[in-house]
Amino acid sequence: MKIVACIKRVPTTEAQAKVGADGKSLDPAGWQYMASFYDEIAVEAAIQAKEKNGGDVTIVTVGPSDAAKEVREFLARGADTGVILKDADWMSRDPRWTAKALAAKVQAIGADLVFTGRVATDRDNAAVGQMLATFLGWACVTEVVALEIEGAKGRAKRETEYGVETVEFSLPAVVTCNKGLNEPRRASLKGIMAVKTKPIAEEAPVDSGVQAVVVSVEIPPARKAGRILGEGAAAVPALIDALRNEAKVL
Amino acid sequence: MSTVLVLVEQFHGSARRAGLECLSAARITGLPIVAVVAGDGAEKAASALGKHGAGKVIALTGAAQWSPDAVARDVAAIAKELDAKAFLAAATATGKDIAPRVAALLDSTLHSDCTGLRSEGGALVATRPWLAGKAIATLRSSAPVFCATTRPNAFAATESGGNAEVVTRPASTDGKAVVTAIAEKVGGKLDVKEASVVVSGGRGLRGPENFHLIEELAAAFGSAATGASRAVVDAGWRPHAEQVGQTGKTVSPQLYVAVGISGAIQHLAGMRTAKVIVAINKDADAPIFKIADYGIVGDAFEIVPALTRAVAEARKH
Repeated sequence: MKIVACIKRVPTTEAQAKVGADGKSLDPAGWQYMASFYDEIAVEAAIQAKEKNGGDVTIVTVGPSDAAKEVREFLARGADTGVILKDADWMSRDPRWTAKALAAKVQAIGADLVFTGRVATDRDNAAVGQMLATFLGWACVTEVVALEIEGAKGRAKRETEYGVETVEFSLPAVVTCNKGLNEPRRASLKGIMAVKTKPIAEEAPVDSGVQAVVVSVEIPPARKAGRILGEGAAAVPALIDALRNEAKVL
Repeated sequence: MSTVLVLVEQFHGSARRAGLECLSAARITGLPIVAVVAGDGAEKAASALGKHGAGKVIALTGAAQWSPDAVARDVAAIAKELDAKAFLAAATATGKDIAPRVAALLDSTLHSDCTGLRSEGGALVATRPWLAGKAIATLRSSAPVFCATTRPNAFAATESGGNAEVVTRPASTDGKAVVTAIAEKVGGKLDVKEASVVVSGGRGLRGPENFHLIEELAAAFGSAATGASRAVVDAGWRPHAEQVGQTGKTVSPQLYVAVGISGAIQHLAGMRTAKVIVAINKDADAPIFKIADYGIVGDAFEIVPALTRAVAEARKH
């Protein structure tokens, strides 16, 4: 089975937002990067699918050469090869652009099963996995919290506002992974040593033209600190009064 | 004629509030609105959409099982037939599942989870959070169809008092993925993204056995959901579905009550757009107090039960 896990290099959750000089982007000065939180779950799902069904796992990312750091981490955990679709503007591409770039690579690899995180924690679109599947004409299950793959059939569970859905599908498929699906493993010493022997290719992504046009970016005004109404249960009546007569939410 | 097509989510024949909010948001475009409803109960849900602004409602009927890819194909086909200028859906679990597929079928990008929408010189402009709300981007689209999802609770569901023509259309039944079962939530428990009041607990609750305090306070508010900080979800005290923050859900309720949550930056990113924030924490220097409208310093185990009683009492009058 040819398995692909798509990952994205994103700013860490501690990163502060500052508007860039053009007023249309964020200034990355001082940012540290990581693989998007849910991508770790996607890679773990990919490695588990390989362990169960055989085959190999390719990590594919659209990003700068520096994304090799995140790719290497996942090679150390058990993925086999890495591909960086090299793009300095990776964070300002729109979901359609990224999905088309990934679709071309997934097709070239000849994959049967693709895992992504349910959302990348930078632009928060939660759209690339579904678009990728649609461009490929594949099945897609999103926000998956449980998964079984048996041959060319899959069964997944996903959480919605009204309950847990069971979804049955046929491969080839794209699965977007939610927290709860698995516990991502750490790299073993042997895995870290093996990274040296695993190739990371750099290729040019398909450029389908960005459609999302950024007009401006702003930092939302800081919320004004409110009032400490007091200490302990004695302050409860003041809170009720404020919620009812001032904020009018009670 | 240019129209805006809105996928309105329904469950058991009732439109979900997030869907009605999306329909209300669609009126901002000034374009004639066509709503599409799908799934079991679609026809029943369709009749109520006229008064929220739909001029026409298309109910996709006859599919025995829900298939996101089949629904997306039907919606995209309708958008093409109508030559729709825009496509909107709510950013719920279902909306987020379907909308990107519809956009892809229309070879158009998608602006997800929008918190604002306006029409400027005939072009649609969306605002949406980046980095879970640390920044707000204003975006246009050069796509053939302007596709966007609207964040639940970010737009008011308002009535237009209109009437809609309802038509049915046979749904595609050749889905590549199908929903074969739904384990429905018991007791109609609300999701944090949908609820108008969210009561969240953090490590200050000391253990999962104490979260009944959070649940009781939420119950006292009425239509409230219980939320949780990342720390307590990671510790396994609460399910991930309740996690509020950058790696959980981003919420915009009318009222957010944070109990025993210090206010890590990734948590604040997920709830800072709440209309009113209340914080209860024993540490007077906790960062949560810097963004809370109202704070009480002290022991949650003493304050929360008193607050629960006071809220229940206040709501009686």
